[in-house]
Amino acid sequence: MTSRAPRRSIRARRARSAAMVALTVVAALLATLPLVLILGLLLKQGASSLNWAFFTAMPKPVGETGGGMANALAGTLMLIAIASAIGLPVGIGAGMYLAEHRGGRLASVVRFLSDVLNGLPSIVVGIFAWQFLVRPVKHFSALAGGIALAAMMIPLVARATEEMIRLVPNSLREAALALGYPRWRTSLTVVLRTALPGIVTGALVAVARIAGETAPLLFTAFGNQFWSTSLTQPISALPLQIFSYAISPYEEWHSLAWAGALVLLALVLVISLIARYVTRSRFGHGHD
Amino acid sequence: MTTITAPLAPEAPPSDARPGAVAVENFSFWYGPKQALFDISLDLVPREVTALIGPSGCGKSTFLRSINRMHDLLPGTRSTGRILLDGEDVLDRSVDVVQLRQRIGMVFQRSNPFPRSIYDNVAWGPRLNRRPSRSALDEIVEQALRRAALWDEVKDRLRTSALGLSGGQQQRLCIARALANEPEVLLLDEPASALDPIATQRIEELLWELKKELTIVIVTHNLQQAGRVSDRTAFFYLGELIEHGPTDQLFTAPREERTEAYITGRFG
Ligand SMILES: Nc1ncnc2c1ncn2[C@@H]1O[C@H](COP(=O)(O)OP(=O)(O)OP(=O)(O)O)[C@@H](O)[C@H]1O
Ligand SMILES: [Mg+2]
Repeated sequence: MTSRAPRRSIRARRARSAAMVALTVVAALLATLPLVLILGLLLKQGASSLNWAFFTAMPKPVGETGGGMANALAGTLMLIAIASAIGLPVGIGAGMYLAEHRGGRLASVVRFLSDVLNGLPSIVVGIFAWQFLVRPVKHFSALAGGIALAAMMIPLVARATEEMIRLVPNSLREAALALGYPRWRTSLTVVLRTALPGIVTGALVAVARIAGETAPLLFTAFGNQFWSTSLTQPISALPLQIFSYAISPYEEWHSLAWAGALVLLALVLVISLIARYVTRSRFGHGHD
Repeated sequence: MTTITAPLAPEAPPSDARPGAVAVENFSFWYGPKQALFDISLDLVPREVTALIGPSGCGKSTFLRSINRMHDLLPGTRSTGRILLDGEDVLDRSVDVVQLRQRIGMVFQRSNPFPRSIYDNVAWGPRLNRRPSRSALDEIVEQALRRAALWDEVKDRLRTSALGLSGGQQQRLCIARALANEPEVLLLDEPASALDPIATQRIEELLWELKKELTIVIVTHNLQQAGRVSDRTAFFYLGELIEHGPTDQLFTAPREERTEAYITGRFG
């Protein structure tokens, strides 16, 4: 005698369920919409200026057509290299410390500070780097820019490393210790190696994150119209070049800025794809 | 607290006769404020298998892990008493734990192979501790796998991942890994708890072989298994060593009522 009510409530439940699924699908589409729009816009505006010269030629003076962003491209790669050379060892080391001393007082202080640093607006990092690395020596430099970017990388890498090391089962640690491995060797050969794919992914995400940063470079690397690979000289970078070209009054430079933005996006995309691949191979590993 | 410990059986050889003799004297252990072991005295005799039995949580693993100092990294633990390995107190601060653990191998309750190849797992200890040549290492790995009764099953796939092995094979791999280190004492924490009867039997046969050269301690919840593989049995209850002695004696004529209650299945 109650057979009708349940059946209706089942239908209602199904309808609610379908509505919720539809809503989440819409939300998922909306979440990816900005990226799709940006990519489309960049392709439309920038692809036409993207040619071989863009990658190999130096910027031309105002009024001349053509030219490229070879110096900015090289500058960005160099800044990433400096930032990684400093940020990765420090970040991974800090992450190892955090993971191995999870309960310690120093560890919780470091963890908190690194979270704060992570949330710091990048312009603040730039001003800080200017105060301590540029002002004392009285000129902008690639090194100052790289260090500012490293400061942004460190908390990201440290937390990623900590998370990944925590995922390494304690039983593996014990296995190595029980075979007579000293603690530091256990950390390096078992813990770090097992966590390595995850740490590499975290490092790549951090690189992708800083590759397009502009604010920390404004008062540090500053930008440079000329070719430079010197650590102590101002250096150009894609985001800086895009910024100065975009606010210039010249049509030619505008389209170069679009092309630069497209290249920057492609760079970040490629790094993210590599990160994904590394993550995938981690989970695929082990079962032959 | 009172601890009842049976006197040493008369046929027990003096503990310093052969390498690998472990003598535990009045050993107590604390996890922070919680005392887990109470005044344990027990001799582990070379070329014999000692089984540790007792209900869950009675301190068997704690006892086993104390012998090769696996508690070192746990903050807040402390102990009193002595654990002598060939006359030397392993708990002494001056003892090098790294060397100690090379002499005392351990196989954990849940198999824990490294996520590397079968070969690398077995070569792990020797590579660090003895730095053998490549051909010597091949030999060591084969020997260890043979002794663990795993060689025939894995000899064609030594370079494949150890995680591709079955549970029972993984457990034997962990035994091989411990054996490759050439320990004098082998500690096994419920090595057969997750294995099928055939794999269990292979491990038991393996223990018969191994005890010709080693001091073996095995924790087990399986009383039949304790009866089959061990020469001596020690019964733990609530952190105390209630009774220990030759296995057949302990099972057929226990001195303590609590022992009898446990082995007849009235509690635990
Ligand atoms: N890391 C730890 N911190 C605090 N207490 C612990 C810790 N490990 C074990 N204990 C406690 O010590 C007691 C003995 O534990 P232990 O693991 O030695 O028991 P067990 O006899 O091996 O049990 P089982 O047969 O279930 O493996 C238990 O009461 C347990 O709760
Ligand atoms: Mg246990």
